Amino acid sequence: MKLFKVLAATTAVAVLLAAPAYAQTRIALVVKSLGNGFFDAANKGAQEAAAELGDVEVIYTGPTAATAEAQIEVVNSLIAQQVDAIAISANDPDALVPALQRAMQRGIKVVSFDSGVAEEGRQIHLNPSDTALIGETIIKLAADYLPEGGDVAILSAASTATNQNAWIDAAKAALPEKFPNINLVATVYGDDDSVKSTDEAKGLIAAYPDLKAIIAPTTVGVVAAAQVVTDQNLIGKINVTGLALPSEFKQFIDNGASQAVALWNPIDLGYSAVMLADQLIDGKEAAPGETFSIGRVGEVTLDDTNAAAMAVPFQFDKTNIEEFAAIY
Amino acid sequence: MTDTTATPRRLPNRLDNPFKSTVLSWEGLLVLVAVAIFILNSFASPYFLNEWSLSDMTFNFTEKALIALAMALLIISGEIDLSVAAIIALASTLMGWALQFGADTPVLVAIGVGTGIACGAFNGFLVTGLKLPSIVVTIGTMSLFRGISFIILGDQSFKGYPPSFSWFGQGYVWWVISFELVLFLVCAAVYFVLLQRTNFGRRVYAIGNNDVAAEFSGVRVARTKFVLFCLTGLMSGMAAVLLTARLGSTRPSIAEGWELEAITMVVLGGVSILGGAGTIVGVVLAALIMGLVTFGLGLLNVPGIVMSIFIGALLILVIALPILWRMWRQRTAVRSA
Repeated sequence: MKLFKVLAATTAVAVLLAAPAYAQTRIALVVKSLGNGFFDAANKGAQEAAAELGDVEVIYTGPTAATAEAQIEVVNSLIAQQVDAIAISANDPDALVPALQRAMQRGIKVVSFDSGVAEEGRQIHLNPSDTALIGETIIKLAADYLPEGGDVAILSAASTATNQNAWIDAAKAALPEKFPNINLVATVYGDDDSVKSTDEAKGLIAAYPDLKAIIAPTTVGVVAAAQVVTDQNLIGKINVTGLALPSEFKQFIDNGASQAVALWNPIDLGYSAVMLADQLIDGKEAAPGETFSIGRVGEVTLDDTNAAAMAVPFQFDKTNIEEFAAIY
Repeated sequence: MTDTTATPRRLPNRLDNPFKSTVLSWEGLLVLVAVAIFILNSFASPYFLNEWSLSDMTFNFTEKALIALAMALLIISGEIDLSVAAIIALASTLMGWALQFGADTPVLVAIGVGTGIACGAFNGFLVTGLKLPSIVVTIGTMSLFRGISFIILGDQSFKGYPPSFSWFGQGYVWWVISFELVLFLVCAAVYFVLLQRTNFGRRVYAIGNNDVAAEFSGVRVARTKFVLFCLTGLMSGMAAVLLTARLGSTRPSIAEGWELEAITMVVLGGVSILGGAGTIVGVVLAALIMGLVTFGLGLLNVPGIVMSIFIGALLILVIALPILWRMWRQRTAVRSA
């Protein structure tokens, strides 16, 4: 009986405490899993956005295991907390949909970023970049250091890799108009396997003596190619570039095997996701063709599926590789 | 004429005062822990005491707890099933596959539950028919069942389940009371009666305490164990229906790691991992505690890593407390003698 009274009393007190205590706008940044440098960096950007907006609090959260079920538990707890918006990088594009639809029914704005959610489960999806921008960037990375033009070759992942093939097609489309003096002599496939990528890079160097640059739009291939160039003392003759993780690739920027590489910038991604969520909270409607400002990163326009591409891949060179290698 | 056939005197299980034994029992301890966590949650977060929050909380544990009910019986009998999460994956995959051929809700449910029973029977056959250790068998079938899912699905997913099917995982029977919660409570009652009020239940305890002695006492050990594996498969199949309906899609990675969460509930519920002891009430309370802890910490946005540490510490604490209590009592008993 006494226990019951204590329970009743504490319940009453808790109900009194339950009166909303926060007037601030709260935006939750839900990531695939915690303890991942990429998402810690996204959080850094999200906090920057919050500071810039002033009255916004960013809740950085996510499960320990990168599973959809665990992420749904996180979303459920955010619905209970009545946050104003959820910006999520989803572990599964479909499984999160029912939970996020419930969030939207209760008035919570939902933005997906990085790994998207199916269209019916979010209002906006923010891609770090898009196919055309990536294709153009990988050629530009080589062309910037070849003022007189020359031969370049592409070392890709598997010949069936959907992403890489789309980027290479976009790169080829950009070549004649934007980079007329760059001559793409070959495209080879290293299957995202270090050994095979190394062999393919050696093959390229042997087959094309005038080769000026190797472009590898894969984080495995780019490291293999840079290692081959380093081992064969070709630093200064062949420039390796492409898409690379700064932490894995720092040594090759430092030794000169590569002038610059690119990849998505997680800081800008987290920053932009919060900026988008904040505008939805302020009442802006997400619709195809609508333009949203994303602060210092610029602006994005929504496509037919309410998805947007943030920016061209972010370039890493001698000036900033140190800083980003510490992040991811 | 006086009636000479006296009714047999009921012998109590324990000779202690029933109230005292209830409070000092494992279940009594779990009730106290649950109430304490409930009160702490109410103070810690203003969002906890809300009917929808509490309703959402139940989704954190109902599916896993359904499996834990059957797993409890299996562990009491001295066996274990590590393949339960993989059974969910296979059952969900086959449901999604049938969906591609236009199967409607009753067929989907039948396939989900049927796959569960078939997988359980397969485990049961390997353990009782071929006399293989259950831990080895189910580590094998864990990879086998999920492997088949991966072969069928690869990196694809099945989706487009009909709304009448989604109701099983997202629907409410009345107000904030979800179908999942009702199903769990009904199953908990059934398992309570089965384990604690039937001959079958007594046999499960007997086998767990000493299966050789049970065999010589006329208990059909192999058949009982086979039934227990089928029951575990059945509950996994039901969990697969609920989870698939809740997610609205199937991927081969569905329910990854759930076998350990179900086993954690069983052990936290006071079931001896060596077999022979434990109750359904304890398992239900343990499921509730796990739900309260994860949801309460979630409301405070405690990172998942800290949450795992919390659950681990709780598990060790709840298991260590009675042992420490017994050691302390023995010491004081020796001193006073």
